[in-house]
Amino acid sequence: MRVPKSALPVPRGPVPPQGLGRAPAPTAPRRLRLRLTPAARNWVLYLMFAPLAAYMVVFAYVPMAGLVVAFKEYNYQEGIFGSPWIGLENFRFFYESGKLLQVTLNTVLYNVVFLGAYTGFSLLTAVLISEMRGRRFKKLAQSMLFLPYFISWVTVSAFVYNIFNFEYGLLNSTLRAAGLEALDIYGHPALWYLLLPVFFVWKWVGFGSVLYLAAITGIDQECYEAAMLDGANVFQRVRYITLPLIRPTIVVLVLLGVGRIMRGEFDMFYQLIGNNGTLIDNTDIIDTLVFRSLVGSQDFGMSSAAGLYQSVLCFVIIVIVNQAVRRYDRSHALF
Amino acid sequence: MIRPARDDTTFNTIAYVVVGSLALFALLPFVILATNSFSSEHAIVTRGYSLLPREFSLGAYRLIFENPGKIARSYAVTIFVTGAGTAISLLCSSMAAYVLSRKELVSRNRFAFFLYFTQLFSGGLVPYYLLITRDLKLGNSVLVMLLVPMFNVMNVLILRNFIQNSIPEALLDAARIDGLGHAGIFFRIVLPLSKPALASIGLFTALAYWNDWWTPMMFVQDERLYPLQYTLYRLISSVNFSAQMVNNVPTMHLPKETLKLAMTVVATGPIVLLYPFVQRYFVKGITLGAVKG
Repeated sequence: MRVPKSALPVPRGPVPPQGLGRAPAPTAPRRLRLRLTPAARNWVLYLMFAPLAAYMVVFAYVPMAGLVVAFKEYNYQEGIFGSPWIGLENFRFFYESGKLLQVTLNTVLYNVVFLGAYTGFSLLTAVLISEMRGRRFKKLAQSMLFLPYFISWVTVSAFVYNIFNFEYGLLNSTLRAAGLEALDIYGHPALWYLLLPVFFVWKWVGFGSVLYLAAITGIDQECYEAAMLDGANVFQRVRYITLPLIRPTIVVLVLLGVGRIMRGEFDMFYQLIGNNGTLIDNTDIIDTLVFRSLVGSQDFGMSSAAGLYQSVLCFVIIVIVNQAVRRYDRSHALF
Repeated sequence: MIRPARDDTTFNTIAYVVVGSLALFALLPFVILATNSFSSEHAIVTRGYSLLPREFSLGAYRLIFENPGKIARSYAVTIFVTGAGTAISLLCSSMAAYVLSRKELVSRNRFAFFLYFTQLFSGGLVPYYLLITRDLKLGNSVLVMLLVPMFNVMNVLILRNFIQNSIPEALLDAARIDGLGHAGIFFRIVLPLSKPALASIGLFTALAYWNDWWTPMMFVQDERLYPLQYTLYRLISSVNFSAQMVNNVPTMHLPKETLKLAMTVVATGPIVLLYPFVQRYFVKGITLGAVKG
């Protein structure tokens, strides 16, 4: 794959070759800069930043304050800030319903499997594609792999329907034609432990391989040339050049994935499983629980307690992960 | 580049087989969808979906195009929301990105963190939902579908990095000496020079708008405001909805199965058709993002 030049300087891995992209701009003399930027002119800058800032205050910071709803007995008339406090009642309810442990386990386990499978397959395809001959095949395969990224989970749910629906689906019509018994996948919760990761990888592997390919493209070609002069074969080049040099990228991306471990892929679970009663114990994640108890049963106590639990846990995990990234490679720390 | 052929035949064989089968696997559902949408309802109901089309028929498509009412409406909503939303989003995001790139703004890092913090911590669904429906009364409007997917902090930071790294500071200094203010510099120099990044970010934003079904599901009840993806969702998930799609056909004769297929094709088709032309911008966008967000 050819990566546009402007995108080339990938800071991780080896030092990018000099002379690619634009030359660094000569810095203006200090005296000049100071004279030309009086503080009074900055009001235009504030004005330009204002729309985004206002949006973030309203749609991100106000909801953060709204998290106190978890300690309240919400009623619609009085709103979040007017409703009476009830202490930890909502959390007690959330805990005693037995949902806490179940959704936490499901969320973490699914995300671990998703992250592992996604990273593995993305790396595999990226490495294979980077060393492949046959430019046309490479391009075509990459385009095909990337295509699922572009469609909505609604369309994916249509695909699932086409393939797996009990009466007419491709799977069952094939099974019946072969004289076998039709399979009701919605009756077998355990199957979804396999199917969900398969669909996750199916949708994201193209994206992931582009990401890793970008890192591989950033590797200095001279490394490979030197290795080939020394007689290294392609397996050795992958083992001793490609993988070690993109290791920082892999570590950082995996750690970032770990940082999102409490955030479930709501779109996917909702579209592929919906409100299916048989599957609920095996596929209920925090996000679907919050959604269901909020929109479905208007259970503000349960949904707000689960929501606060998720927000706080996400934050704690991401702070820890950031410390880990910082320790591993300072320049990639998030903050 | 030196590429001796002898040692990597094995590797290439493995690569072709693995990558090839993964690629086919990625494409397979699209093929199943497309071929079966051209099958007759009768073939699907009696023998199920198949890999190759049976009893070729355009019945479902004819039904859609002869009764375009709801689908055309959904298309209009989606196109409006995608177009207007992407334009506003790009303008505000790039303005903010320019501001964050200004070294003379002492508090620019605090500004960036103000944005970035929303990625680390969030109020979650419950306060967000209550805010939009009860306090802002945005429910059931086109506005809510414009606003909810509008900004992505990572995109703003990517744009900032692009402006910082690709637009020479000397050029901006020169413009300043020539008497341009911040607004002038932004609109006449930064914006035109950021076109490559704007194309990528704009396409990501447009895709998010086009594929958004979450916002209407959460906040919109009025069927006339349903965008394409949500109409499709309703069609797939509820039997009755398909009957309302096409008014003057008796429910009995409605080709329910092929209608779903054809509708999926109609809703997803534009993306798949545009895909070959825009793919490189997305690849570039991902690469831009990978250069530390």
